[in-house]
Amino acid sequence: MSLGCHACESLLELEFPMALQNDITLELFRYHPETDAEPRFQAYEVPYRADWVVLDAINWIKDHIDGTVSYRWSCRMGVCGSCGMMVNGEPRLACSAFLREYYPETIRVEPLANFSVERDLVVDMDSFMQKLRSVSPYIIRDDVNDTDQGEYKQSPKQLAQYKQYSMCINCMLCYSACPVAGNEPDFLGPAALALAHRYNKDSRDRGSSHRMGKMMEHEAVWGCTFVGECSKVCPKNVDPAGAIQQAKAAAAQEYFKGFVMPKGAGR
Amino acid sequence: MTGPYRPKPKWAWFVQRPGYIRFMIRELTAVFIGAYLIFLLVLLSKLGRGEASFTALLATLHNSFWELLHVAALIAAVWHTITWFNATPQALPVFIGENRAPNVLVAIGMGYGPWIMVSAVILWGVLR
Repeated sequence: MSLGCHACESLLELEFPMALQNDITLELFRYHPETDAEPRFQAYEVPYRADWVVLDAINWIKDHIDGTVSYRWSCRMGVCGSCGMMVNGEPRLACSAFLREYYPETIRVEPLANFSVERDLVVDMDSFMQKLRSVSPYIIRDDVNDTDQGEYKQSPKQLAQYKQYSMCINCMLCYSACPVAGNEPDFLGPAALALAHRYNKDSRDRGSSHRMGKMMEHEAVWGCTFVGECSKVCPKNVDPAGAIQQAKAAAAQEYFKGFVMPKGAGR
Repeated sequence: MTGPYRPKPKWAWFVQRPGYIRFMIRELTAVFIGAYLIFLLVLLSKLGRGEASFTALLATLHNSFWELLHVAALIAAVWHTITWFNATPQALPVFIGENRAPNVLVAIGMGYGPWIMVSAVILWGVLR
């Protein structure tokens, strides 16, 4: 049933969910390594609700049509970063992509690009986790104070230097948007480099020289060609592309510092 | 049991997203800038060989091919410059106390402002 007015239908559906029985088609990427040599797409008809996101629709499929669909999700509110998927070719959090953005067109849901696929919409995160671990994304100190000595203080001005980059939720959408990550599997990638930069900019940290060793490798900051799509798809406005360009300047500075300062003199 | 599915990278990746196409255009405009720098070196070399050599080169440039190439190089150089000025706030953030300066101010202050001023001085020097 259609009233011919998209806004009226959306309002009606919010007030009376059962009044209109429109459906929307979701084409899900399916791949079961036990049985499939190649992936395939499977179409499902799902009730259209203006307040539903793609994740709600996939949950509905799982609960009512096909319990074999595999995917990751957790918080449903854009915080955990688990439900990253390609929605109509765009890296999105399935919990933030509303059906109304696509209705009445078919929505094609695929696993995140530039990752190998374990099963259906579940990608292999191992390479990302290794890259993340390699940049030591935590505060490194020369000294460790006892708790009774108080916290390591930081001014709002010092916090502002890195706060934006600390918002990363490791959703890996940036890797799916990055053509370098797609073509060069060893490239450290946007999120890992942005997090490395975040800790280098933290006034409490003393580990930047340690991290810089990894960041100055060819597959790290210098691998980035500043396409900038990672920052466009980031659901938290982290701006990994900006962080990497700043890290390039810091890496160049570190390189030249090596000529004039004795080893280990830098922070 | 076939194991994880590994999609093959596409050779035509640069047309997959509008952002990739914009990136390729930005990078290709650098070819025009590089070519024009070579042209300037040739011009200087001819100038060093004397007036006759220089005017002979200028005479060969008076045709629509070279004029079009100059217009294309100018457009490419302006586009290339604009893309990098717009990217400046990402690479060089400016903080005013705890707050980050608006991107537009950084782009004007570090890019467009000095660009317009230097261009005006050069124009004044050429036209006076």
